[in-house]
Amino acid sequence: MIKFDKVSVSFSDKKDHTVNAVRNVSFEIGKGEIWGIVGTSGAGKSTLLRTVNQLQLPTGGRTIVDGVDISSLSGKELAKFRHSIGMIFQQFNLVSTKTVAQNVAFAMEIAGRSQEEIKQRVPELLELVGLADRADVYPNTLSGGQKQRVGIARAVANNPKILLCDEATSALDPETTNDVLELLKKINVKFGITIVLITHELDVVKKICQRVAVMNKGEVVELGEVFDVFTKPQHEFTKTLLSHTFDLDLPERLTQDHTKPLVRIVYNGEKAEDSIVSNVVKHYAIDVNILHGKIEYINDKPFGILIVQLIGAQDELAQGLDYLSKNTYRTEVINERN
Amino acid sequence: MNETNYSELASNLLPAFGETLEMCGIALLLAIILGIPLGVLSYITSKCSICQNRFVNLLVSFILNVIMSTPFVILLVLLLPFTKFVVGTSIGPEAASVPLGIVAIAFYARLVEGNLHGVDKGVIEASVAMGATWFKIVTNVLLPGAFSGMIRGLTVLAVTLVGYSAMAGIVGGGGVGDLAIRFGYYRYQTDVMIITVLLLIGLVQIIQTIGEKASQKAQK
Repeated sequence: MIKFDKVSVSFSDKKDHTVNAVRNVSFEIGKGEIWGIVGTSGAGKSTLLRTVNQLQLPTGGRTIVDGVDISSLSGKELAKFRHSIGMIFQQFNLVSTKTVAQNVAFAMEIAGRSQEEIKQRVPELLELVGLADRADVYPNTLSGGQKQRVGIARAVANNPKILLCDEATSALDPETTNDVLELLKKINVKFGITIVLITHELDVVKKICQRVAVMNKGEVVELGEVFDVFTKPQHEFTKTLLSHTFDLDLPERLTQDHTKPLVRIVYNGEKAEDSIVSNVVKHYAIDVNILHGKIEYINDKPFGILIVQLIGAQDELAQGLDYLSKNTYRTEVINERN
Repeated sequence: MNETNYSELASNLLPAFGETLEMCGIALLLAIILGIPLGVLSYITSKCSICQNRFVNLLVSFILNVIMSTPFVILLVLLLPFTKFVVGTSIGPEAASVPLGIVAIAFYARLVEGNLHGVDKGVIEASVAMGATWFKIVTNVLLPGAFSGMIRGLTVLAVTLVGYSAMAGIVGGGGVGDLAIRFGYYRYQTDVMIITVLLLIGLVQIIQTIGEKASQKAQK
């Protein structure tokens, strides 16, 4: 559906330094998928996303949508192509001098729809996003979540095949974020729209994305199923990014005590039901202190982390650790002496 | 010092007031008709805007700068041949309206451009992303977004024009300001000067009040 083929974007800033916002990015987004692109601010996510509807022209490589190289489009063709791509923004970007209904109608007018069609479809769209009763108010009387709903109604008004979300939930509180994400999921399922979502919030990716690309300094450093990337991060940057979510804070006196190994056990769905920890206690002469733990849900699949302290003789410990690493998703000693 | 003949003053004041209104009115009308398109042109051709065009932008900018930086009295004289060509005469309030109008167009174009720059860039980007033409963006997003600011700008322009119109006397344009200079200044009739200046202050006050009310109403 969307193919980034060695896409690079560079600009020169005020002091004539070249800024490589996006470097040599290649990956492909399938039809009907919800893709997340995560990274810290300034990682180039937004720039990459903007190459999909030519708000930004790549300076190298190609962005291909449905087999068409976007850079080759201009004038009427480009306008027509843009009608088939919806976009929502962090700051909503509604026209403040138009009412909610007029904002949605504006998108359809741009695409050259007839007045009858607009009259019929606008109420349907507002119904879809749950704002049927606010049709005639101006955006400044709406809450952030409501504004984004108008943004979504406007973005899907012309039955687009792709919906681009540029930090669409970053200005919203957690509860409203959830509502908006639910709505996006609903739209994805109902209309089969491919959604590309950029965000710095991992929770957003965890909640609705199937696949994710992690960007750092303009490059995609990791790519794949969200569950895999989040549970088995390969790249240093991904690990740091995830550490905020997955590292459990422990007091220093525990992490500094090298005589008793501290072990982080990560387990996923299937393993979560086995009584692995109690087996270790039973089979080896080891005591297990549970110090911290939590369960995350990624795409509704459980993913647990447990931090335990193992106390016992050296060889028993080695065997116990071996058993753990064989039977869990991942086991690592986190206070090893260097 | 001359003795003030109040009946003569009164018979002079009323037509002068009419002349001031006529000159400023024509200039304002020209500013609205031509200044707004010029301001829009200057904005949309500027860097990173929706119709970026360096050549057009520099050209418009240059013309506006030339008009705005030339002292009005000099412009008044320089434009005499052009004025004669347009209105058929180079004296009277109609003739004074031409240079006044040209200054008004340039001045208002810059004010409009400034107001357009204040329109949320995000909304413009959203419209571009939807595939809107530049014309649709100008009529649906830019002008409505800048509307209340443009009304405020029109008020500033009107007040400035009342001031400029005093110099119209040079080409026999007349007007209250001219009266103040001829009677009050040249003939040392201080009381006439005070009366005419008070009249001008009143006019400016009225313009300002109307402008503010209209601008507030436009701002939803």
